[in-house]
Amino acid sequence: MSTEPILTVEHLTKNFTVRSSKGLRSVTRTVQAVSDVSFQISRGETLGLVGESGSGKTTVGRCVLQLIQPTGGSVVFQGRELVGMPANELRLLRREMQIVFQDPYASLDPRRTVFDAVAEPLEIQKVSGDHAARVAELLELVGLAPDHARRFPHEFSGGQRQRIGVARALALNPSLIVLDEPVSALDVSIQAGVVNLLEDLQEQRGLSYLFIAHDLSVVRHISDVVAVMYLGKLMEIGPADEVYNSPSHPYTQALLSAIPEPDPVTERQRQRILLQGDVPSPINPPSGCRFRTRCPIAQPVCAEEEPVLVDRGQGHPVACHFAQAVPVTVAAR
Amino acid sequence: MSREVVLSLRDLRVTFGTLLGNVQAVRGVDLDVHAGEIVGVVGESGSGKSVTFLGMMGLLPRSARVEGSATVRGAQMVGASVNEMRAIRGKRVAMIFQDPLSALNPTHRIGKQIVEMIREHQDMSGDAAMRRAIELLDLVGIPQPDQRARQYPHEFSGGMRQRVMIAMAIANDPEVLIADEPTTALDVTVQAQILEVMQRIQRELGTAIVLITHDLGVVARVADRVQVMYAGRTVERGSVDDVFAGSTHPYTRGLMASLPGTARERLVPIPGSPPNMLRPPAGCAFAPRCEFAVDRCAQGEPPVLVPLGSSESACIRAVELYSEVAR
Repeated sequence: MSTEPILTVEHLTKNFTVRSSKGLRSVTRTVQAVSDVSFQISRGETLGLVGESGSGKTTVGRCVLQLIQPTGGSVVFQGRELVGMPANELRLLRREMQIVFQDPYASLDPRRTVFDAVAEPLEIQKVSGDHAARVAELLELVGLAPDHARRFPHEFSGGQRQRIGVARALALNPSLIVLDEPVSALDVSIQAGVVNLLEDLQEQRGLSYLFIAHDLSVVRHISDVVAVMYLGKLMEIGPADEVYNSPSHPYTQALLSAIPEPDPVTERQRQRILLQGDVPSPINPPSGCRFRTRCPIAQPVCAEEEPVLVDRGQGHPVACHFAQAVPVTVAAR
Repeated sequence: MSREVVLSLRDLRVTFGTLLGNVQAVRGVDLDVHAGEIVGVVGESGSGKSVTFLGMMGLLPRSARVEGSATVRGAQMVGASVNEMRAIRGKRVAMIFQDPLSALNPTHRIGKQIVEMIREHQDMSGDAAMRRAIELLDLVGIPQPDQRARQYPHEFSGGMRQRVMIAMAIANDPEVLIADEPTTALDVTVQAQILEVMQRIQRELGTAIVLITHDLGVVARVADRVQVMYAGRTVERGSVDDVFAGSTHPYTRGLMASLPGTARERLVPIPGSPPNMLRPPAGCAFAPRCEFAVDRCAQGEPPVLVPLGSSESACIRAVELYSEVAR
C-alpha cells in the first residue's frame, strides 16, 4: 500500500432536511444520510464502498466531489481542503476528479452526439487543442471506434454507453474517479468487460477509484480496501481480503452470508445469518449502535453506547462492541 | 423426475408487431414444470425469459402475438377466452413481479386487497376471507398480521410488499407460482428473506415455482432445475447440480465465467452483444459471440435441445466440446 493518500475524508456528515405533514402542521425533520464517516484513498488504489439502499454510500460520493455541500467534516484532496473552497478554485480542481454514474441511459443527453458528450468537459474547462483528436483517442482508449463520435446514444448498448461515460470522465486526465454503481445496470456478460476496462485504465494511468456499489462480489474483485456502510455510518473498513475472508462486524458477516453463490452444492451447505426486518429510518436512527435492531448478537450496552470505529484486535477498524473475526467458508471458484 | 407435470409449454412463441417489423421475442420455448419443484429460468436482458410467461398469462399488450401451447394440467392458456383465462389466472397460476408497489392498489388496505383476490375465486364470506388473509400474511412472515392487514401499501417496506404479493399469489392455492425477478429490486439481506419465504411456500404448500432471474446465484440457492434462455430460445436445461457442475452450452459457461469469483483473476466477458430480434440470425443465435462457433453453427434452423449426459443442450458441438459431461 502506498503511503501518500490522494483523498482523506474525515468526520464527513451530511444531513438533509425533509418536510412532512403532521396533521395540518408541516414539520421539518432531519435525515442523517451520512454521519461521521472517515477514510483515505491512496494513489492508484481503489476503495470499495458497499452498503444497502439508504446506507448513504452515494451521498458520500457526491460530498467528496462537492456536488452537494457536506454538513460537516473535511474532504482533503491532493493536500487541499475542498469543503468551503471558493467556486472558481473548485472548478479548476474538478479537472482532477470526475464521476461515472450508474444509469448509462439517463447520464447521456439523447440529442447530443457522443462527440458532444465526451468533449463537453474539455469545453467547460476551456482546454485548448484539437478536441476531435482527443475524443477519438479517448474512444479508442475505452474500446470504442473513433468514428462512433458522430453517433447518438440510442445507437449504443448499455455496456457501450457506460464506456462513453468512462471516456467522458477521462477527458480531463483526472487522478480520482468516483464510480457510482458503474456496472449495476449491466448484464453480467457485459459487466465483466467494463470492470476489466476500469482495471486496465487504473494500471495504465495510476488512477484512484472510489467504487460505490451494492454488488459485493464486484467490489471484492476490484477493491484494495473495502468500507461497509449501514444507515450512514461505517461499520467496518479494511483490506478487501481481510474484510471478505474474516469479516468482524456482525453486519458484514450477515451481508456476506446473504450473497447467493453460483454453486448449488455450497449453497445447500452454507450456514446463513438471516437478518430480521428492514433497515430502520434514517430520520430517527436507533440509539447506540445503528445496527443493533437487526443484530443477532446485540446486548443492552449496544443501545446505550455507540461503538467507535477502531481496531479491536482484528487488524482493521470495526464499529462493534463484540467484534470477532469469523472466517467465511465459501468454496473458491 | 416422475412427479406429475403441472405446467407445460410447447413451442411457445411471442412476436411483437412494431413499425420496423416483427420482433421475435420468444421463438419456441418448451418447458415442463413438475408438482412441487422450483425451476429457475435464467437469461440476460432481452432473452425473452419474462415475455414467455407474460405472454402465457395474457398480460402483454395487443401488439403481441402469442402462439404455441401453454397448459396447466391440460387447461390451455394460449388463445383462451377472457372467462377461461379468469378461471386460471390467479387461481391455478399466479404471478409476482419485480416491483410490488406498482402491482398493489395504493388506495386500498392490504387486507382488503387480499380478500378481493380470495373472493374472486372462492365462495367465502367477507369475515372468513379476512381471517384467511391474516393467516396468509402470517405465513409469509409478516409480523402482527392482523394490524398490518389494516395498513396501506405505502406503509410497507419493499421486502414487506413483496411478501404481501406472495400472500396474494398463494391466496387461492395455485398449482404454479410464476415469480418474475422477485428479488431484483431488493437489498441482498432482504432478498435472502424473500427466497426463504418462497422455499417455505414450496415445501409447506407444495406449490411449483417458476423463478425468472438473471442471477445465477439465486438459481443455485433455491432451484431444483434450471433452463437457460438466449435470444428467445432455450439453450440448455438440466438439474442445477448438473448445469453448475458441468454446463453443456458455451453461453451458460460464458455467463458463469464472467462472474467475479473469490480469486482476483481477470474477468472473462462474453464479446459482442445479443442479436437484434427484428432479424435474428440464422442457425444458433449465440454463434456470433461464441468462441467455439464454426461455419455450420450459423446455418439453417436454430438448433434444438438434445440430451447430453443428464442435461439437454442446444449446441451442435456440445458432444465434442463437453465429452467429459457426456460420460
